[in-house]
Amino acid sequence: MSSLLPRRRRRLTGGVDWTPRTRRNFAVGLLFISPWLLGFLGFYLYPALASLYYSFTDIKLLNDPHWVGLANYQQMVADPLFWKSLGNTIFLTLIGIPLAVTSALGIALLLNVKRIVGLGVFRTIFYLPVVVPSVASALLWIWLLNPQYGLVNQGLSAIGLPHPSWFYDADWSKPGIILMMIWGAGDVVIIYLGALQGVPKSLYEAAEVDGAGAWAKIRNVTIPMISPAILFNLITGAIGAFQYFTQAYVISEGTVGRGSGAAGGIENSLLFYGLNLYNNAFRYFKIGYASALAWVLLVIVLATTLLLLRVARSRVYYEGDR
Amino acid sequence: MTEPTGLVGTRGRPLDDARRANPNRVRRRPPVGRIAVYVALAVLALAFAAPFAWMVSTSLKTGPQAIATPPVWIPNPWVFGNYLDALTKINFPLAVRNSLTYAVPAVVGTVASCSLVAYGFARIRWPGRDIVFIVLLATMMLPGQVTFIPLYVIFAKLGWVGTFLPLLVPTFLGNPFFIFLLRQFFLGIPSELSEAARIDGASEFRILTRIIVPLSWPALITVGLFTFIDKWTDFFGPLIYLQNPDLQPLSLAVQTFQSAHKTDWPLSMAASVAITLPLIVLYFFAQRKFIEGIQITGLKG
Repeated sequence: MSSLLPRRRRRLTGGVDWTPRTRRNFAVGLLFISPWLLGFLGFYLYPALASLYYSFTDIKLLNDPHWVGLANYQQMVADPLFWKSLGNTIFLTLIGIPLAVTSALGIALLLNVKRIVGLGVFRTIFYLPVVVPSVASALLWIWLLNPQYGLVNQGLSAIGLPHPSWFYDADWSKPGIILMMIWGAGDVVIIYLGALQGVPKSLYEAAEVDGAGAWAKIRNVTIPMISPAILFNLITGAIGAFQYFTQAYVISEGTVGRGSGAAGGIENSLLFYGLNLYNNAFRYFKIGYASALAWVLLVIVLATTLLLLRVARSRVYYEGDR
Repeated sequence: MTEPTGLVGTRGRPLDDARRANPNRVRRRPPVGRIAVYVALAVLALAFAAPFAWMVSTSLKTGPQAIATPPVWIPNPWVFGNYLDALTKINFPLAVRNSLTYAVPAVVGTVASCSLVAYGFARIRWPGRDIVFIVLLATMMLPGQVTFIPLYVIFAKLGWVGTFLPLLVPTFLGNPFFIFLLRQFFLGIPSELSEAARIDGASEFRILTRIIVPLSWPALITVGLFTFIDKWTDFFGPLIYLQNPDLQPLSLAVQTFQSAHKTDWPLSMAASVAITLPLIVLYFFAQRKFIEGIQITGLKG
C-alpha cells in the first residue's frame, strides 16, 4: 500500500517531483488555505450532499430521517404552491429582469454621452438606491405604493391616470416589485458604464464616416461591443430572481400578513421560489420537502445559465475570439 | 479610466479637433440631441431621487400630514421627535449593538481568513494548487438555498440557534469571492520582495503580515467594507438564527414597524432612514471603492 501512495499522488498532481522543498511548500500551502478547506468541507460540500440526501427523506427537523424515495419530488409535482411560486418567479425572470436590465442600459447610454456635465452627481443618484438595505427599500416601497396615500398613486390620480392597488391586488403586486427592481438597478448601470468605456473610439469614428446616426451607432456598435456585460447582467439577474427573498418576505408580511394559507402576498402573487422554500423549511419545518425544492432550484439555475450561455454563443461578441 | 465615448452631439461630423480648438462654437449652437439627453437625465434623476426625498420627508411629519392629499413635501411642523420615538420603540441601542456584534467580528474574521487563504493561493507554489482554486471558484456558483437547510439542522443539534455563532463561525473560514479578489491583488505584488525576505529566513506567515498586508490596504479595506455592508443589511441570517428579541439586529427590528394591520408611516420611515444613513455616509466616504467593487463583480463573469 505505502509504495502505491506516492505514485497515486503523482498522478493526481500531474507528475510532481516530490523534493523536500515541494513537500514543504505543499504542507505550508495547505496550512494557509486550511480555513477555506474546513469551510468548504463543513459549509459547502457536506451540506450540499446532506440536502440531496434529505430530499429523499421525510426529515422534519430533529427527528431521524427516513428514506422515502422520490415522494418529495412527487409531492412537488402535485403541489399548487410549487407551481404558483415557479410561475411567479418565471414572470420576474422573463419580464422584470429584462425590464430592469434594459432601463439600466438606457440610463448608462445617457450617462455615456461625451463630456456630460454632472456625471458624478447623476451616477450617485442612480447608484444610491443600491446602498439602501433590502428591508428599508421594502418598507419604503410599501409606503410609496400605498393604494390611498402613496406618492405614486397620488401622482397618478393627480394627472388622471388609473391608480392600481399594487401590493393589495394580485394582478399589480408583481409590477410593483418590478418598479422597485428598476429603482434598485444602479449597480447594473455601473457595470454598463464600465463596459461602455471600453468600446474603442475608432469604431464610432468609422461608423460616423459611414454616415451612421446616434441610434445606428448604438445598435450596430455599442450593443454588440457590450454584449458580454448584457449577458452577465441577464444571468446574474435570473439567478437573483430564483433567490429573491427579503423584499418578497417583508412586503408579504407588511401588506396582507400570513392570514390565509401560505404567506406570499395577496393571493400568493408574491410567493416566489425562495419565499416558498423558506416557508416550507422554517414555517412548516418540512425539511425533506424543502431540500427537494433546493435541489430543483440548483438544477433550474444551472440550466438557465447554460441556456443563456448557449444563446449567447451566437449573439455575444467577445473581443479576441475570431 | 478613459473618457466616455460620445454618441450624441458628434452626429456625422468628424470635427472633434476643430471643436476642441474653438469651444465657443459648440456653446453657440447646442445640438438638439444634447439638450434632449440632459432633459431625459434630469427627469430620470428626479424620479430616482424622489423616493429618498419622500422617505426623509415622511419621517419628519406628523401622522395626519403623512397621509395628506395632495402630498406635502416640506414637513410642517418638523417632527424630529419621530426619530426619538422610533428609536425607543425598537430599543435602538440594543439593536445597533446586536448589528455590530454581528458585523464587526465578521469583518475581522473575513479579512483575516481571506488574507491567509489568498496568500496560500497567490504566493506559495504547491502541487494541486490550481485545481483546488478552480474548486473554490466553482463554489461561488452554489446557491445558498442548497446548503442552508442542513446547516440549520447542524446548528440546531449543536444548540447554536439563538446565538451569533452560526452567523460568525463561517466568516472565519473564508469567502470565495473575497479570496478571489485578494488573490488577484497579491499576485500583483512583485515577488522579489518576498524572495528577499525568504533569504533572510522569514517565515511565510511573517512575509504575509510584514510585507504583503502593508502593501494591500486598499484591497483589504474593500473586503472589510463589503463584508460590513453585507452583514449590517443581512436579513435572512438573523431571521432564521436570531429570532430572540434580545438578539435582533437592526435589520430585523426595523421590520417590526410594518404590520398588515396598522402602520405608523412616519415612524416606519424614520427607522428606515436610521438603518440606511450609515451606509449612505460610508458611500460618500468611499465612493470609489463602491464603484470598483461593482465593476470587479462585473468583470468576474
